[in-house]
Amino acid sequence: MNRPIRIVVAKPGLDGHDRGAKVVARALKDAGFEVIYTGLRQTPESITRIALDEDADVIAVSSMAGSHLPLCAQLKARLEEAGLGDKLWIIGGNLPEQDAPRLRELGFKGIFPTGSRLPDIVNYIRENVQ
Amino acid sequence: MNPRDDPALRPLINESGIEIKPVYTAADVAASGGTAMIGLPGEYPFTRGIHPLMFRKRPWTMRQYTGFGSARDTNRRFHYLIANGQTGLNVAFDLPTQTGLDSDDPLSEGEVGRVGMAVDTLRDFEIAFEGVDLDAITVSLTINGAAAILIAMYLALAEMRGYDLKRLRGTAQNDILKEFIGRGTWVFPVEPSLKLVGDTIEYCAKEAPKYTPVSVCGYHIRESGATPAQEIAYAFCIARAYADEAIRRGLAVDEFAGRLSYNFNIFGNIFEQVAKFRAARGLWATIMKERYGARDPASMLMRMIAGGGGSGLTREQPELNIVRGAYYGLISALAGAQTMALCCFDEAYTIPTEYAQRISLRTMQLLIEEMGLCDTVDPLAGSYYVETLTNQMRDKIEAIMADVDARGGIVKLVAEGSIQAEVSAQAYAHEKALEDGTLRKVGVNCYRIEEETAKVECHPYREEDARAQVAALRRMRAERDNAGVQRALERVHRDAKAGVNVMPALIDAVKAYASVGELTREMVAVYGRYREPIRF
Repeated sequence: MNRPIRIVVAKPGLDGHDRGAKVVARALKDAGFEVIYTGLRQTPESITRIALDEDADVIAVSSMAGSHLPLCAQLKARLEEAGLGDKLWIIGGNLPEQDAPRLRELGFKGIFPTGSRLPDIVNYIRENVQ
Repeated sequence: MNPRDDPALRPLINESGIEIKPVYTAADVAASGGTAMIGLPGEYPFTRGIHPLMFRKRPWTMRQYTGFGSARDTNRRFHYLIANGQTGLNVAFDLPTQTGLDSDDPLSEGEVGRVGMAVDTLRDFEIAFEGVDLDAITVSLTINGAAAILIAMYLALAEMRGYDLKRLRGTAQNDILKEFIGRGTWVFPVEPSLKLVGDTIEYCAKEAPKYTPVSVCGYHIRESGATPAQEIAYAFCIARAYADEAIRRGLAVDEFAGRLSYNFNIFGNIFEQVAKFRAARGLWATIMKERYGARDPASMLMRMIAGGGGSGLTREQPELNIVRGAYYGLISALAGAQTMALCCFDEAYTIPTEYAQRISLRTMQLLIEEMGLCDTVDPLAGSYYVETLTNQMRDKIEAIMADVDARGGIVKLVAEGSIQAEVSAQAYAHEKALEDGTLRKVGVNCYRIEEETAKVECHPYREEDARAQVAALRRMRAERDNAGVQRALERVHRDAKAGVNVMPALIDAVKAYASVGELTREMVAVYGRYREPIRF
């Protein structure tokens, strides 16, 4: 790839906790990626549109308020419809361990619960974007 | 050895940016401004406490943040906590309610009853507070974007149950400016949001003069990355914006200022926190007296809930959060808080279980019953260290407030996203400091264990409860007098458009069982929706 990796950092649903998403967005920018942060209250449709418009290589979702499973299921449908199924989808936030298999089934390959280290997220993206 | 090489003598700076010396003496107190601001508890400038006898007369109110699922589920938990000795309620609402959506709105999908109680109409309030004596147990509503509507519901409920509104106590968080900085449950743009806060202050000053319509929150600003000094400074700037709005409407300062309150955070360095609160009390009294010309001492009191500590708790080794909670409770008690609530040990994982809530409640009871914290007022007074730090924190807070004013004031800085960008930059710096080890956090970057042993039981989310909530709302829509609801909604719209106080129209509408979503829609049609400045 001869351009920087482009990452959309998205806050889906009604959850207003954006400290983590903004910290990760900054870390990704510092690591040399191009980062587009969506702001709060994004719908699956708006995240998909932003990912298309921004030609994103990575869709990174942050969820702190427990509704990650229904939101990711909706997002998966929209992203696939838009032909973004081959992009890297990752998720961070308050994610109980027992939800990890279901999140992987929904296409979210990289799962970064609270307490994850920023360099691990950066390295994961470098290694997994084709 | 050169003394500069002695690690014990290396400069040590607290979170607020104040250098901490290894030893303090009376000379440090004098050099930092002396003892003029200390005074006596219950006397201006109230640095030592807002009452002469403080906990000796009555311990702090215990008010755990609670709510989930339906009004029925939440009512059960309320009674559990009251039966276990809790003395106040602090209601958590789900995100649809907080953002002004009905449970059947497509945007509410997956969120109904998840992080708090679902409220669509007054019927939910009737159920939630069944069997709760609203005179004996004061209720705090953690609601912001939709606060005017939920305050209307609470006043309507109290009135319908025969309480005298002139004597009704209780609190609404209703601090929308901090919601734009952290927490994020805004609905309307900044200006109409401020106008709505003004409506609630004005209405309560006249009709429910003992009710606290606003609890200004440094808490969530600190959770978003602010230092302790910024936490107080930004909260005071925000409180001044509300006070200015009330005065613009023709209220005299003594008509409303005694009913403003605060919500502050308690994690961090014990002495810095206690000094923060002591400094803040003195400063707020000075601001109210000198800037606003308040004469009633009640207007000068910085009443507060000092609690939570969420950002101090960790997902790693969660049982350590019980220990942290005990120290945070100690800070709150040493600081002379009116009300305390502690984040539960399991909150990095889940909304708290009954068991976790009880441990937090018992932690507070233990401080009251076993530790001597209620015996004497402001027990750290006179410590060279604490008095010096109190003076220095006051200077810091004042300097930050002056800087906010010089940059155009808090409303402008919040609207353009400057404060948000600043606290978010600090949150990033904090994370980097954790990663490079300059900041130490037990269980996170030191004393880690590879296999977490504590198993946290997660509060279950039941989708059938969300469906039941939607069904109940639809039943209500079918059964209520819809012509009456329509008229009430039109009046809300009309009053919002005319720029008059919307509280009377909202109270009528909630009594007709208009829903949170319907009322919000009417107001959005007039006020518009907030558009977030995207800065990180």
